[in-house]
Amino acid sequence: MGSHTGELKRMLDINKIRQDFPILSREIDGKPLIYLDSANTSQKPNQVIDAIVDYYKHYNSNVHRTIHKLSEEATAAFEETRELITDFIKADSSQEIIFTANATAAINLVAYSWGRANIKAGDEIILSPMEHHSNLVPWQMLAAERGAKLLFLELTDDGQIDMETAKEWIGPRTKLVAITHMSNVLGTINPVAELAKLAHAQGALILVDGAQSVPHMPISVQELGCDFLAFSLHKMLGPTGVGVLWAKRKILEAMPPFLGGGSMIGVVKLTSFTTNELPFKFEAGTPNIADVIASGAAINYLNNIGMQAVREHEIELSKYALQKFAEFAQYKNGNGAGSDDELVLYGPRDVSKRGGVFSFNLGDIHPHDIGQILSEEGIAIRAGHHCCQPLMRELNVQSTARASFYLYNTKEEIDKLFSALGHARKVLGHVAIR
Amino acid sequence: MSLSDSLYRETILDHYHHPRNRGTIENATTAVEGVNPLCGDELTLYLQVENDKIKDIKLTAKGCSINTASGSMMSESVLGKSTEEASTMIDSFKKMMLESLSKDVSLPENMEDLEALQGVKKYPVRIKCALLPWNTLSQAIKDANTGVAGQKSKVEMT
Repeated sequence: MGSHTGELKRMLDINKIRQDFPILSREIDGKPLIYLDSANTSQKPNQVIDAIVDYYKHYNSNVHRTIHKLSEEATAAFEETRELITDFIKADSSQEIIFTANATAAINLVAYSWGRANIKAGDEIILSPMEHHSNLVPWQMLAAERGAKLLFLELTDDGQIDMETAKEWIGPRTKLVAITHMSNVLGTINPVAELAKLAHAQGALILVDGAQSVPHMPISVQELGCDFLAFSLHKMLGPTGVGVLWAKRKILEAMPPFLGGGSMIGVVKLTSFTTNELPFKFEAGTPNIADVIASGAAINYLNNIGMQAVREHEIELSKYALQKFAEFAQYKNGNGAGSDDELVLYGPRDVSKRGGVFSFNLGDIHPHDIGQILSEEGIAIRAGHHCCQPLMRELNVQSTARASFYLYNTKEEIDKLFSALGHARKVLGHVAIR
Repeated sequence: MSLSDSLYRETILDHYHHPRNRGTIENATTAVEGVNPLCGDELTLYLQVENDKIKDIKLTAKGCSINTASGSMMSESVLGKSTEEASTMIDSFKKMMLESLSKDVSLPENMEDLEALQGVKKYPVRIKCALLPWNTLSQAIKDANTGVAGQKSKVEMT
């Protein structure tokens, strides 16, 4: 009985959480919206939406620049978010928190500033084949410019990093390991702390793309042992247009400035300038004030629920989804494995090694067709290459369909996903092998 | 409007499940590759042109239902036509697909089946899927006319 009551309590909490998200009561052609695309961008609670409106209605002004009441309030609210994020990822100091436009901009900042100062011909940068284009293309650009080499760790059959290749390839020429903490396609959670040790033993640094992990689990940069962490607030209940780069203070201090302009300067003369203190050295120009302030509301919202609770809820949903996928795979058209509408699910099956992101294919059926049929049922999933074209090639597919979960999703929604998938298979399946 | 009424009409599903003129042509006048990088649709169109007539057309495609159906229906409608007629048909089809949603465009009699694809217009991101085979054919006709036979062209939807 005890566990049953516990489950009931959690269900009630989710209902309460859902009421904070106005979009979740929207209907799509008369059917309730089922939003399973949070790995793409999350939905936003009233608290976040209200914070944006409140800023523009009541204290809209620029920050860090002028002396009047509005600016004081805006600056305080803006800096409050920085403090909240500092605690959220267990950083040492708010001076290590740089606001950027998104995680992509954060990684590019490192590639341009740190990368151009430190990467030389013959140096090696270690990546994985599951990197999002945002943690791949900046390094391709840097490597091409500097004559550096990119090395890719290998994956096991169930989509995990083969740590033997990591031990072998992270060596004296390695200058940087750039790795996603959690794959946006496979859901795989990578052993970042182990990789950090391997990198540091060779005198290399490690950058972690936390775009998928920071929104979904407790994060401590101390425990990860990384040197850089990049993530985006819009995937964690915040508005679009706010990313964060965290890095160790010593590294940030040694890095040359990236974008030049207002805020990042100390004294400017006609032909020279001095740089501002951290974190402002890397925040040129008027920042995204309203959205940074609203990001603080998002962090507060997550803190109130607790990141451990978020993670546990998603583990529950993941277990349930894996069970449903297994049932769905068995209940095929009787043709069995290799049939033209066979379910193929990617990524680890162990819920302790994955997040709530499930990529799959139904045989030959194009994921866009699956997405379209699901959309008619009010279900939002992602279909495509997920900004991971090299991984698609590695999986030997053009694209996948992907359902991803967050704290506001329920088992009932997963049930509806699978009944809609059954419908999609009925309409589009049994395609003659071409 | 439900799916069966709009996007996945019977005609479209029939062509998707049983695509016509599937395959390759050895010694084709021209072969053109068409890709839609965003969604990964890809096809190769083989064209056999004799005396300005489309004597044979074959497609190998890996893509979504809309792309497959559109290519299949196109191949049926242009087979045996002159390249000039085919070019006019390409223009009519593209006009139908790119015309605003509110305007119901009717096609010439020999292309009536293709009106089924008009439902795709309600889903703007899928229009490119329907257009890919036609843009590829357009390039193939150009190649055939200018005599760049044997040289493989590539059409990329952007």
